[in-house]
Amino acid sequence: MKEFLTTIGLEVHVQLRTHSKMFCGCGTSFGAPPNTQVCPVCLGYPGSLPVMNREAIRLTVLAGLMLGCRINPFSKFDRKNYFYPDMPKNYQISQYDKPLCLGGAVEMEVAGHCRRIGLTRIHLEEDVAKNLHMETWSGIDFNRAGVPLMEIVSDPELESADEAMAYLQTLRQILVYAGVSECNMEEGNMRCDVNVSLRPAGQAALGTKAEIKNLNTFKGVHAALTFEIARQRDVLAAGGRIIQETRRWDADTGQTYSMRSKEEAHDYRYFPEPDLMPVALPDELLQQWAAGLPELPARRRARFVSEYGIPDYDAGVLSAERAIGDYFESAARGSRFPKAVSNWIMTDVLRTLSERSIPVERFPIPADALAELVELAENRKINSNTARTVFAIMLAEGGRAGDIVRDRGLAQVSDSGAMDAMVRKTVEENPKSAQDYRGGKDAALKFLVGQVMRASKGKADPQMAADMLVKLLGRPD
Amino acid sequence: MAKSGWNTLAAHELRDCLDRGECSSEEAVRSVVDAISATDPVLHGYVSVDVDGALAQAREADAARRRGERGRLLGVPVAVKDVLNVRGQSCTCASRILKGYVSPYDATAIARLRAEGAVFLGRTNMDEFAMGSTTENSAFGVTRNPWATDRVPGGSSGGSAAVVAADEAIVALGTDTGGSIRQPASFCGCVGFKPSYGRISRYGLTAYASSLDQIGPISKDVEDAALLFEIMGGHDPMDSSSLEVPMPAVSWRNGQGLAGMKLGLPREYFVGGMHGDVDRCVRAAVEECRALGAEIVDVTLPHTRAAIAAYYIIATAEASANLARFDGVRYGHRAAGVSDPIDLYRQTRAQGFGAEVKRRIILGTYVLSSGYHDAYYVTAQKVRSLIRRDFEMAFTHCDAILAPVAPTAAYRIGENRDDPLQMYLGDIYTVPVNLAGICGLSVPCGFTGDGLPVGLQVIGPALGEACVLRVGYAYESVSKVRGRRPGAG
Repeated sequence: MKEFLTTIGLEVHVQLRTHSKMFCGCGTSFGAPPNTQVCPVCLGYPGSLPVMNREAIRLTVLAGLMLGCRINPFSKFDRKNYFYPDMPKNYQISQYDKPLCLGGAVEMEVAGHCRRIGLTRIHLEEDVAKNLHMETWSGIDFNRAGVPLMEIVSDPELESADEAMAYLQTLRQILVYAGVSECNMEEGNMRCDVNVSLRPAGQAALGTKAEIKNLNTFKGVHAALTFEIARQRDVLAAGGRIIQETRRWDADTGQTYSMRSKEEAHDYRYFPEPDLMPVALPDELLQQWAAGLPELPARRRARFVSEYGIPDYDAGVLSAERAIGDYFESAARGSRFPKAVSNWIMTDVLRTLSERSIPVERFPIPADALAELVELAENRKINSNTARTVFAIMLAEGGRAGDIVRDRGLAQVSDSGAMDAMVRKTVEENPKSAQDYRGGKDAALKFLVGQVMRASKGKADPQMAADMLVKLLGRPD
Repeated sequence: MAKSGWNTLAAHELRDCLDRGECSSEEAVRSVVDAISATDPVLHGYVSVDVDGALAQAREADAARRRGERGRLLGVPVAVKDVLNVRGQSCTCASRILKGYVSPYDATAIARLRAEGAVFLGRTNMDEFAMGSTTENSAFGVTRNPWATDRVPGGSSGGSAAVVAADEAIVALGTDTGGSIRQPASFCGCVGFKPSYGRISRYGLTAYASSLDQIGPISKDVEDAALLFEIMGGHDPMDSSSLEVPMPAVSWRNGQGLAGMKLGLPREYFVGGMHGDVDRCVRAAVEECRALGAEIVDVTLPHTRAAIAAYYIIATAEASANLARFDGVRYGHRAAGVSDPIDLYRQTRAQGFGAEVKRRIILGTYVLSSGYHDAYYVTAQKVRSLIRRDFEMAFTHCDAILAPVAPTAAYRIGENRDDPLQMYLGDIYTVPVNLAGICGLSVPCGFTGDGLPVGLQVIGPALGEACVLRVGYAYESVSKVRGRRPGAG
């Protein structure tokens, strides 16, 4: 059977995290009752005019800087003309030939390989309203109309559904990191159009593409691509031709369907938006904005490995979310035990966050307090069980580990005199176990250590107890 | 003064009378309403008059004045072209498609007049969506010229010019995209002023051609034009194209004459095509200006002949997008019995728009279409730059330009109905000013042999309003036709 190569390009629409809409002062919060966040401007009333939201420009530029784009020093807005009931003005204010950002790339890892997917451009536009279809009538909710929407267009360089998925996940992580968008899929913050084509292996020119519009979950993108790639392969393998068209993904049937008909010959008749002035972005402003940029998550992950000596997997977990990474860094920086700090966060901290469904910003133990606890445990001032107890107390009541250990007499007992007495007493009280150990049963030693711990009310250094027991019991060889 | 004569006053005159306690705003509004009742059934300058609302606003203004409050237009009624949004009033743009639409907000220009105490009494007729130069394109019937009722008042702000000329208003607002203030002012013997693009906020002005539209006054004298310009002008954060520059200090009130000023006569404007009477009136006005001390110089505007074509490409391109919002979905007329959204658009727009609006939407859609975009739209933008440069060059040789407003006096009703191209050519002296974004003033300067008014156009550079108003004021103060009213002989 003939082999085919797949080429995919993505257009990702991302709602920006601004308080107000792109061209008016209306709010952008999700879930408000229909048509409560509207005004003459975003409803397209006669005589109303758009006024640029400068924060939307800044966020788009931040996204561009994070993705290594060239920022256009002179950018402008254009009218994209088409009629649709979700369009208040029946033209969308968008950017045609002078977008805010050009070039750039998303660097990602797929199945252990590094891939660099080039970007064509990032431009800014206004979101449209939402059509709601009831049984016998339709309504339009204009709350979404005019929300700032950034469109990120990739080069056609993705080669599989998995790569498309990885691209989206990496992109999402970067945008959330930069604070550009919440990228909340349920709220429609991120939506995607995919272009996909196949060509026989060995052929240089790309095949005819199909576009699948308005996919709003990553899973949907993956499933739609998987179906569409198989469909095109079947058509081509049977000697058929792919028609350039727009297709619709139906999540219920798991298939794409042709939407040709009226969609075909769109002429958007772009022309410069006369109601808005061009955007000039002088170097000094860009430098000022760039100064506040966070590190890329992938770069941070690598740095965590080299700087703190933690495993790559851990670094990946800790850098996945910007705030978790920040928490780790403020605990690990200055600590002599960054690996232990990492372990504590990977286990106890993350578990607590997920149990309580809270973001790390609301985690009760400050990073420096966690670092102090780790310090005590690693210096064997307290044993690991005590450390967990102290952690629980800090979680419930707050306070510093050192104070808690002192006030509650939780310091590890490692005084050899006291330990010696406890070990001897334990052996005397458990002759059977002592016998068993001498007879070769390792489990018996564990039991005896447990008894020492019990006698010490958990404060004994378990390693020290075991060492002393082994010495005292003197197993015959 | 006779109690019935308040309606004949200019705004600044009425305001002074009100301040001196010679009359109340209520009396003034009543005298205007009486005039409307007497002559508007014939002229049809208004599409709607809110008598009760205006009287209520007038009484409020009287009460405010009694409390010692003052305002530059406190209690003065202002007529508003039906294209500007006034909160709570209809705003049909003389189109069936906006029937039933009530403005939820005040245009910035309206809000600024309101803050000075203006009373909003009625809405004036116009060509539908400001597309036309006769008001014949109104969906609600033509307005007649008070000087000759078988003639048009000009347009598109024909209603505003007619009601000011007929003393059915104290002062009125118009909008000027290609001459729509200056030409009807000229046809009706009023003063009409189009400030530079960006001087007066367009927020609340229903857009025809966004890069050309500008609000301005139509008034009985130049002083009123300056007064309304000063009130409405200045930066508005709601309009990104409004300029962030200080308003000029209008200094003509102190100075007399035009000594030391250079006024240019564009060579290309005074050749062929102009009606003999218009030519005679304008040349006589030029001589008056020379007598006032101005030096008259020859200037050239070589790209004038391309202006009409460029204008009708740019204006219609922008209009095709601006008028797309009238679709029956959110407000205004909605066609009944439609099958789907596309059908809704088709039927609503087919029923709602008049012939000239449809013509311009189709033209604008065509010039932006792929394959034609560069040949038409891009070329027109280049021509626009050349015209702007023409004026910049000309203004290195003179302070202001004197010109006719239109090649003829008012047309007969129906005269050009079947020949839009001929009609478009009548805009030749006004559209270049809009394309260049500069300012122009129309001042009455004479009459044709048939007794029809003729206007003199004073054109100034961008932000040159103070200079233009000074020239207009100086000329007006010596003009023999100053204050002439229809019917007064």
